[in-house]
Amino acid sequence: MKRLLKNREMLLVVAVIALVALIALRFPPFVTPGNLANVYNDTSILIILALGQMAVILTRCIDLSMAANLALSGMVAAMLNAAMPGLPIPLIILVAMALGAVLGSINGLLVWKLDIPPIVVTLGTLTIYRGLIFLLSGGAWINAHQMSNAFKALPRTTLLGFPLLSWLSLVIIALMLVVMRRTPLGRAFFAVGGNPHAAVYTGIDVGRTRFFAYCLSGTLAGLSGYLWVSRYAVAYVDIAAGFELDIIAACVIGGVSIAGGIGSVGGAVLGALFLGVIKNALPVVNISPFAQMAISGMVIIIAVAVNARAEKRKGRVILRKAEAAHG
Amino acid sequence: MPGRAEGGGSPAIEHETQPVDRDLLQDTITSRMKPAIALEGISKSFPGVRALAEVSLALYPGSVTALVGENGAGKSTLVKILTGIYQPDEGTIRVDGVETHFPTANSAAKAGVTAIHQETVLFDELSVAENIFLGHAPRTGLGLIDWKKMNAKARALLARVGADLDPAIRLRDLGIANKHLVAIARALSIDARVVIMDEPTAALSHKEIHELYELVDRLKADGKAILFISHKFDEILRIADRYTVFRDGRMVGEGLISETTQDDLVRLMVGRDVGQVFPKQDVAIGEPVLTVSGYRHPTEFEDIHFELRRGEILGFYGLVGAGRSEFMQSLIGITKPSAGAIRLDGEIKVIRSPAEAIEAGIVYVPEERGRQGAIIGLPIFQNVTLPSLSRTSRSGFLRLAEEFALAREYTARLDLRAASLDQDVGTLSGGNQQKVVIAKWLATRPKVIILDEPTKGIDIGSKAAVHAFMSELAASGLSVIMVSSEIPEIMGMADRVIVMREGRIAGRFERADLTAEKLVRAAAGIEEAA
Repeated sequence: MKRLLKNREMLLVVAVIALVALIALRFPPFVTPGNLANVYNDTSILIILALGQMAVILTRCIDLSMAANLALSGMVAAMLNAAMPGLPIPLIILVAMALGAVLGSINGLLVWKLDIPPIVVTLGTLTIYRGLIFLLSGGAWINAHQMSNAFKALPRTTLLGFPLLSWLSLVIIALMLVVMRRTPLGRAFFAVGGNPHAAVYTGIDVGRTRFFAYCLSGTLAGLSGYLWVSRYAVAYVDIAAGFELDIIAACVIGGVSIAGGIGSVGGAVLGALFLGVIKNALPVVNISPFAQMAISGMVIIIAVAVNARAEKRKGRVILRKAEAAHG
Repeated sequence: MPGRAEGGGSPAIEHETQPVDRDLLQDTITSRMKPAIALEGISKSFPGVRALAEVSLALYPGSVTALVGENGAGKSTLVKILTGIYQPDEGTIRVDGVETHFPTANSAAKAGVTAIHQETVLFDELSVAENIFLGHAPRTGLGLIDWKKMNAKARALLARVGADLDPAIRLRDLGIANKHLVAIARALSIDARVVIMDEPTAALSHKEIHELYELVDRLKADGKAILFISHKFDEILRIADRYTVFRDGRMVGEGLISETTQDDLVRLMVGRDVGQVFPKQDVAIGEPVLTVSGYRHPTEFEDIHFELRRGEILGFYGLVGAGRSEFMQSLIGITKPSAGAIRLDGEIKVIRSPAEAIEAGIVYVPEERGRQGAIIGLPIFQNVTLPSLSRTSRSGFLRLAEEFALAREYTARLDLRAASLDQDVGTLSGGNQQKVVIAKWLATRPKVIILDEPTKGIDIGSKAAVHAFMSELAASGLSVIMVSSEIPEIMGMADRVIVMREGRIAGRFERADLTAEKLVRAAAGIEEAA
């Protein structure tokens, strides 16, 4: 299994490199280190969100409300900054993350305590969170001039030549690696998605594990809310509308099984990067935005087909000699 | 038509099962009627097991034949052959005296054989009428479903089975008994001539059981040939006309119910000439480890109390649905008892969740290993350590080296054959997956291990291995509770046996004075023979 996953990740790495090479043929400047760093930076938020979504999908759930959570947390961060420009930025970030965590925990509680199907819960909260933004802002925009310079500058501040946004996503990747591979909670995500019935008997509380997955995705959505609003220097009701689909697509392309129990941090990151490269590269090689959407869609279906095949192959090894050869 | 004086000589009666006069039926059952379906010399083997050996069975129109036998006697295999799910290796099936084959389930249904299972195979979200006519609904001239006609026909069929139900309501709104009635109406709708009822009363309440009896009487009056599979002797005596007893895949007796007694049936059922050897070790039984007192649940069990000692294997015997698994699940905190206390090593313990049970040293190896056992997708070592993570982690972080060590220790003890502990558990064979599951529980270092049907559905060789292993566990000082529905296993392995019936303890037996008959009697609620 590990090897298979590794193979799948290698496959993705190869696919990303092939894609970049193809683009380089038509537009060589795309592959300059500076531009590639820009592409990564541009994909950072998607990476952070995809990691949160991955945790949720691993437990056989889904979080459709991440983009709405991002928009609401971002709006609150922007309004706080506009109202009290003196508030330290780290505090604003903390507030955004805390709010995101609360919004995520609402999803988690509904799934856990009321046993409502996750897709219904998060479809509902998606709409509610968007509605809340309208109620809070009255439909008004918070524009660049209302935000303090410190608020807008943080993601762009460079450290060792790279923007802080890129560094932050790297930190989140590292933290998620630790959570997924080195904590009982991370292990529980896999167990709950892999076989919920068996997980119960091993002493894992399935509902609680799902609750924590939603808290995690909510927290990361809250953080992304601040990052998004400060980076684009604007907050309004519809920011990141439809972005939840990109997040889920990144996971699926990255080999996270929608049926739960299978996935990896590396896969989700690569899936997000793949989408990021497509989004950034297609305009420069003169492919219309509509074709872009079609291409993204095709990529998703191809990825799922490849993953489904990989899964089929891992049938039961009955022959003794095959069993010895396996692994 | 030799031997059919009353039939008026019309061959049509022979082939169509119209409602027939009841007295006439009773009269013809015994000798003159030809079987609606007859199996002759049927054998069926599976790798490593001979499930059926040259069995014969005849089912007569308008008559109820009870099929009696222990678990593993071959009853289910026979039902599957009758319904076209399995093909026999040898032997013939005759329908109305004509040799037939049932290559598919559909062909058996076409011949008029239908089975009503313990759990009905119906669709919750469809209406009653749709369930009855799924696949053969009346059509309009345009080929669309004729709802008016379907509902009307459904109403007529429901009336025939005595169910006062609206054909338009959804099935999910019905209770189990009514679902059974719908299943039976469905059987009637496809002109079933042979109705197989596989433990139909296992999940029913008393009142519902009586309604079912009346229904069986009505089906009989309708001229159906009925095969009634049951473990409950009172109901066999109440509704069956004939009996057939299976033991170890062979037919060991048949005849008329009116000419037999409960004692005869029990003796036929358990009489055993081949002594299976069980690897039971002599273990010095120690002090009490687990004491359960006054355990009860509002709907599932009551008044459960017993003591479990160190090194002891305590068997829990009973029929399916006697409440054994339900009780065990409450013991480990999956369901909550309404009253009761347990002491572990003399200390009162309150267990509210499986995690607390594992912490306290009680583990439960559930029956359905596929659904409740290994976690496919996780590597072997992670499967093994899953319930022990609190021990292999420090300050909230997992330590893979310790996990590997723990997994290696316990998988080695069980002689697990795997190339690497890092490989997905899904790539292992069934037997090896089971070893992983057992290693998982042993790695928690339990005091009490509950094995629920530990050898259900595995071949004889693996069974022996599990028994040997169970014996070793007890010898090493563990206390074992073994829930089993197989009499030889209970008799061969248990030091003491508790029999449960309808949620209560119906008998307690020491190994020394254990007989198969006593077990069967206690489980079925039969008075001790004089």
